[in-house]
Amino acid sequence: MSRTHINCIVNGEPTDFLAADATSLLDALRDELGLIGTKEGCGTGDCGSCSVLVDGKLNCSCLILAPEAEGREITTVEGIADGDQLHPLQQTFLEGAALQCGICTPGFLVAAKALLDANPDPTETEIRYGLAGNLCRCTGYDKIVRAVQEAAVQLNSTSKQGV
Amino acid sequence: MHYVAPTTVGEACSLLADNPGSRVFAGATDLVPQMRTGRLEPSVMVDLKRIDRLMSVSHADGRWTIGAATPASDLTHNAAFTAMHPGISEGAGLIGSDQIQNRSSLGGNLCNGSPAADSVPGMIAAGARAVIAGAGGERTIPVADVVTGPGQTSLAADEFIVEFEIDDPPANTGDAYLRMIPRTEMDIAVVGAAVRLTMDGDTVSAAGVVLGAVAPTAVRVPEAEAALVGSSLDADTLAAVAAAASAACNPIDDKRGTIEYRTQVAGVLAKRAAAIAAERAQNGA
Repeated sequence: MSRTHINCIVNGEPTDFLAADATSLLDALRDELGLIGTKEGCGTGDCGSCSVLVDGKLNCSCLILAPEAEGREITTVEGIADGDQLHPLQQTFLEGAALQCGICTPGFLVAAKALLDANPDPTETEIRYGLAGNLCRCTGYDKIVRAVQEAAVQLNSTSKQGV
Repeated sequence: MHYVAPTTVGEACSLLADNPGSRVFAGATDLVPQMRTGRLEPSVMVDLKRIDRLMSVSHADGRWTIGAATPASDLTHNAAFTAMHPGISEGAGLIGSDQIQNRSSLGGNLCNGSPAADSVPGMIAAGARAVIAGAGGERTIPVADVVTGPGQTSLAADEFIVEFEIDDPPANTGDAYLRMIPRTEMDIAVVGAAVRLTMDGDTVSAAGVVLGAVAPTAVRVPEAEAALVGSSLDADTLAAVAAAASAACNPIDDKRGTIEYRTQVAGVLAKRAAAIAAERAQNGA
């Protein structure tokens, strides 16, 4: 099967890889680039565990063909932290135990980041609707919602201090 | 399977004509899952998202032109479009999660051919047109004439929708789309109802009533429209609208909704959508 040479930016770094045209972006990220933070849940765009940002927009990487990434800017869960400094969402998920098995967590983190980027001070209802494309079969969602609320508070206080 | 991303409509037409078994796609939210299960085995996947015309939303000369591959979120976040056509915008906004909203398109929602497609009834009620490109050039047909049955369209194998044209509504017009699903979010319509009304004071001067998910295709309900025109949406009129909507149903019977349930709910949703459309028409929405 022929493989296409794809150039894109992944987590801020210019990147290139080879992939068969039918490969999903999800599989290319995991198998070609070794970015195994992004998980496959359903593989049909229903569960959100493979969520990534494409040019800043939330997408299911299982629905994207790898060659579509040409020239695009991809952000995965690996690109959310600032070096060793966890993103406030990652920290509040950890502290609030907003995960159990963890398969859905990378997708929730990416979706929650997209949500807070667009709406820094969401209501609980806005968080629940904003994360409706991400399924968790363990937590019952409450701890996830609370972790996002806490991260929003931290991010807003940081931005008010001008840091 | 080969992937190609043409940048012009003409290039896409040539690719389709030269490659039997090729498929166009935008969000591929239905096509990729079909490929993964082996239900669909395209020779070539033609990505339409690198063609500017298919990815733009513009307003000029009294009408909106919406690229067929434009993500739903581009439409729902467009305040000017949503103010003028709230029913179409709210229908498009119901297609899946935020992840899907950033991929799904009006062209895909229509050409996928699902009777339950949420963006379709509102477009038909608004008299929207589809501009179709093929080897022979471009032609324009009503959106209502695109889907011929579940998963079936009137387009030839080498044709695709370039864009939709939606004329600005007359003054004092409002539209609304409601759907019934068994959950609060993330589901496929069991019944959908779009109503568009133009008001002259308290009197309806023009009406469009279109149902989704209750027949092999979205269906217009002329009897309900006739009952509305000339009325002031009194109780007898709304009862006639509901009866006409229910009578227009020819639904499937499945675990998500029985024939009886879909038929009754179609009438209820048509009445409620009419009331919202009238309020929007009178409040200048």
